[in-house]
Amino acid sequence: MAIEFIDIVETSLAGLGTGSLMALTGVAFVIIYKATKVINLAIGEMLMIGAFVFYGFSASLALPIWASVPLTLAVSAVIGGVIERTMIRPLLKDNPVSVFMVTIGLTSVLIGVVELIWSAEPRRLPEFLPSQPVIIADAFIPSKTAYSFLIAAAAMAVLITVFSFWRGGIALRATATDRAAASSVGIDVPGVFSFSWMLAATVAALAGILVGSVGGISSAMGLFGLSVFVVVIVGGLDSILGALIAGLFIGWLEAMVGRFLGGEFKLLATFSILLVVLVVRPYGLFGTHEIERL
Amino acid sequence: MRVGTAKESYAADEGLFKTDTQKVWFGLLMAGLLLFPLNGSNYWMFLAVLVMINVISTTGLNILTGYTGQVSLGHAAFMAVGAYTVAFFDGRFDTPVLLNLVLAGAVAAGIGYLVGLPSLRIKGLYLAIATLAASVILGFVFLNWTPVTGGLRGLNVPTATIAGIELATPDRLYWLVMPICVVMVLAAKNLFRTRVGRAFIAIRDRDISAEIIGISLFKYKLMSFAISSFYAGVAGGLWAYLFRVVTPESFPALASIFFLAAVIVGGAGTIVGGIFGAVFMTLIPEFLKLSATALVPWFPDASIYLAPVRNIIFGLLIIGFLIFEPMGLAEMWRRTRRYFALWPFRT
Repeated sequence: MAIEFIDIVETSLAGLGTGSLMALTGVAFVIIYKATKVINLAIGEMLMIGAFVFYGFSASLALPIWASVPLTLAVSAVIGGVIERTMIRPLLKDNPVSVFMVTIGLTSVLIGVVELIWSAEPRRLPEFLPSQPVIIADAFIPSKTAYSFLIAAAAMAVLITVFSFWRGGIALRATATDRAAASSVGIDVPGVFSFSWMLAATVAALAGILVGSVGGISSAMGLFGLSVFVVVIVGGLDSILGALIAGLFIGWLEAMVGRFLGGEFKLLATFSILLVVLVVRPYGLFGTHEIERL
Repeated sequence: MRVGTAKESYAADEGLFKTDTQKVWFGLLMAGLLLFPLNGSNYWMFLAVLVMINVISTTGLNILTGYTGQVSLGHAAFMAVGAYTVAFFDGRFDTPVLLNLVLAGAVAAGIGYLVGLPSLRIKGLYLAIATLAASVILGFVFLNWTPVTGGLRGLNVPTATIAGIELATPDRLYWLVMPICVVMVLAAKNLFRTRVGRAFIAIRDRDISAEIIGISLFKYKLMSFAISSFYAGVAGGLWAYLFRVVTPESFPALASIFFLAAVIVGGAGTIVGGIFGAVFMTLIPEFLKLSATALVPWFPDASIYLAPVRNIIFGLLIIGFLIFEPMGLAEMWRRTRRYFALWPFRT
């Protein structure tokens, strides 16, 4: 089988489009991990609930897009805050494995809630991105992929600016570095915890809207989260830069494998990479290598 | 108040049954298990067999997660390995049932050993993700290794036949599953009276300290993985004989969460907790099904909501127990026992 160059380019660009969404979701994961040291296995489901809330506003209530998006992000922030206050906060002092298992329980609850309200059937989000395909040189890119790439890139630029310059972002980074020290200089650490979950839920919801607009929504779309774990582990759990690079890479890899080997090999490829990274470099490409003490 | 349970020797302190009361309760439990089939209802026998299969599997996960402290998100995949092994050998070579079950356990244990290998470099949450990765890869193998696993359509499993008797119905299968379940649970209980079991507990409590006092992490972590997968494999094999068909969808990722939930709800790190958890978690969906049927006169479409409500309840049980009763049902049971043992005094 002759593989045409243009085919490779188109697949790569489409893969980078998906990869940017993985990177965005990965950033949401990293925000939570940095601030609260919680591995949030429910990140895919938080993305899903964001997409369904958007569906509720834009399709069921038929609100215009400019109203639905902010409303969705606000509702998701509230959901994130509620999750943090009711389920995560009581356990933060316990061992990390319990909190991890709470997020597993959360996965099941969120899937159940979505199926209860919207049933398990797949749905399509209303079209809101321009449908004119984008052509770069000779390569043809589906418009939704291209625009979601741009939106995801813009969102990440905003996030990085926030972390670098805004007071709240700096407080979050300080908490991530040293909780006790942050607390002693007057940072409201529990507030930062809540804020990080709310922010992450908002970012995940935005990613959910984009993922949903490309591929439709269903109660199983939390599976997207599986690829996101691979992304954050390859990139390093506490590294935003790592999530960006690994996100683009894994997205590209999945697209290439899916195009040239077949769709069923996608997860196999990413999880094989995951296993290799776990064994060779468990803290990821850019993650902090923690030294353990008694 | 019960008095006079002071132990005078280490042997007595480590005994399987520490008091006569325990022996009496155990005797009653055994009698109950022997007499249970008298109820004659096929539905109850099916449930009993399913519960005991889940007890075996949960006990296996409890050994790994509850006692050795290694969280596994791939337990259902090991069960699937056992189920496929039984389906393959019984369907292809017509080998005897007990041999098949041992093979199911052995193959699962071998794969569990391999999956455990990363646990030497990584631990805790990273390991959980690695087991998740392993289960995804195993799922891929089940789906695509068509000559052995039958691909998407899966494999049919012949009726279990022992000494010419066909164990086609749950009430007959009960007499195969029940003794295996009792033996395996007792074996697990005994395991933690030995050097190996104590090494597992030491690794869970503080792995670095355990290594310093001379416990080989390499050896014991892998051993824990293998034993745990052995239990899962046998349970999966029995499962195959109960349902008579194995497909890639028989053991979804959600099933791994089911067993993890059973361990947590029952009480991680106690054998009786694993039993409580498995019984409780298996019966909840049945209870929900019954209540949905009862609600049909008022809400005609109650059964549509069954699956989502079950998901929500599973999740809430995990979360609720972790927050309010981290030691699980076993701890509630212990408190109740203590109340009566100390009566009329209070703690």
